[in-house]
Amino acid sequence: MGFVFYLISAFAVGGALAAVLLKNLVHAALAVTIAFLGMALLFLRLDAQFAGFAQILVYVGAVAILVVFAILLTKGSDVPKEGVFSKSWFAGLAIAAGVFAVLAWAVLQSAPALPNETTAPAVAVNDIGNALMSRYVLPLEIIAVLLTAALLGAVIVAMHEKERAKQG
Amino acid sequence: MIGMFERLDQIFVLLKHWLVGYLPQSWQTPVGVVISVACIVGLYPALFAVTTVLERKGVGRIQNRLGPNRVGPYGILQPMADGIKSLTKEDIVPTSADAVVHFLAPIILVVTVFMGFAVLPMGRNMVLVDMDAGLLFYFAMGASTELSVFMAGWSSRNKYSLLGAMRAVAQMISYEVALLLSSVVIVMMAGSLSLVKIVEAQNHYSYGLPHWFIFTPWGFAAFIMYAIAGTAETNRSPFDLPEGESELVAGYHTEYSGFKFALFFLGEYVAMFSISGLGSTLFLGGWMAPLAALQFIPSWIWFFGKLFVSMCVFIWLRGTLPRLRQDQLMNFAWKFVLPMCLLNLFVAALWRFMGDGWLRWVVCSAILILAYVSIGRGIMRREHFGPRSYRYAE
Repeated sequence: MGFVFYLISAFAVGGALAAVLLKNLVHAALAVTIAFLGMALLFLRLDAQFAGFAQILVYVGAVAILVVFAILLTKGSDVPKEGVFSKSWFAGLAIAAGVFAVLAWAVLQSAPALPNETTAPAVAVNDIGNALMSRYVLPLEIIAVLLTAALLGAVIVAMHEKERAKQG
Repeated sequence: MIGMFERLDQIFVLLKHWLVGYLPQSWQTPVGVVISVACIVGLYPALFAVTTVLERKGVGRIQNRLGPNRVGPYGILQPMADGIKSLTKEDIVPTSADAVVHFLAPIILVVTVFMGFAVLPMGRNMVLVDMDAGLLFYFAMGASTELSVFMAGWSSRNKYSLLGAMRAVAQMISYEVALLLSSVVIVMMAGSLSLVKIVEAQNHYSYGLPHWFIFTPWGFAAFIMYAIAGTAETNRSPFDLPEGESELVAGYHTEYSGFKFALFFLGEYVAMFSISGLGSTLFLGGWMAPLAALQFIPSWIWFFGKLFVSMCVFIWLRGTLPRLRQDQLMNFAWKFVLPMCLLNLFVAALWRFMGDGWLRWVVCSAILILAYVSIGRGIMRREHFGPRSYRYAE
């Protein structure tokens, strides 16, 4: 694999660890942004240009901003008094280990499924576009409907709040 | 034999190959890349220095006063004085500020803004990296800029900084949608995300006139939307409420002094260069000459000439238009610019399917003008100026 892979992985895993261990919530949000960036670099290392840049555009550019706005607007940036670790950490650990085992099994199963592939397939953005419009058009439309529902829900929640504030 | 004008056109490429030719084979590519990066990192701050003087003199003359005129003849050495001042000023960090985040914010801004130049074709064969998904890379870097603005505002532990940062991020996110949608029209018509291919798609002339995308109805509408969104993305007047001096002290960079403030300033101007460069690549033909007869002038001169004209337009807008209020700004983005961009996608598709001829010009222009007038009038009609309603943060 090489030195670069271990460097990027250290970056991503370090960011994720810092995100769960840091006390300050905004620092934790910035650390999870570093983890997202590490994932994007891994995609780029695998020559998946579209996935890598879309990861930066969406995760670092929008999701991270969303997370910090949520922290700011709900006054959650003070350090909680009872500490940041929950009481039922053992159950959490067991569930996380179970999920990891399932994912690892899935990844290891996929390697012997394609024994004839010696080089990685070169996927151009053109191919992604073609696939989205021909083979994956149904998931695309369903995601569009889901996003519209989320948008309408956000507008309704915000409007409801505004009416309550006007009356109150 | 290469003719003299072709040699002048490729002079930087030839210079780089000559310099790199002195090295052994395995060192040539890395050193070539380092040389190109050093040129970019050296050139754009120099342009920034010239632009600050141009802006101060320009805005000064628009406001019927002389700009700076002490430091050199007509004040052209003013950037030197500004540079020395910002290097020697004390770097004050508030005690309760978050030191690490406060330190990292200007660095992240400058790094992400400079990364955008990696995919701009600044002349024939003069692009640093010819990526297949070049436009997507550019917008990914632009999106990361917002994070640094938020970091700067939050880490200063100052109400005005935080308000300015939140306003700036809300504005940047809203107009980023408009920026992306207006560029998607160009991608649709050129058929590729690579900026080099987009310039190639414009690179032919008919009757001596160029095939720039701005000379089509959908391209012109997209250019207007792009220009508005680009001005808002870089927090530039008339969208500079986040850093308005009379409202918010200095917005998200209130608590920065000395060289960190100079880095924010540099980041803003270099972002303006970057957005102008992308705009001229997408709409104005990049390094193409405006008339077929003028193709003997080197391509990089045309690119930087278009950049210079864009800078002058930015400075002109700053001196002329009043600032937009935050809610006016957001209304404009979501209620006017976004629907126009979506309609523009439809009109571009219609253009493609109607085939060549004068009919498609008439139909597409009519749809766009009708939409512009009706959406504009429609928004204004519903503006009833009653008593204001306030919503307090809980």
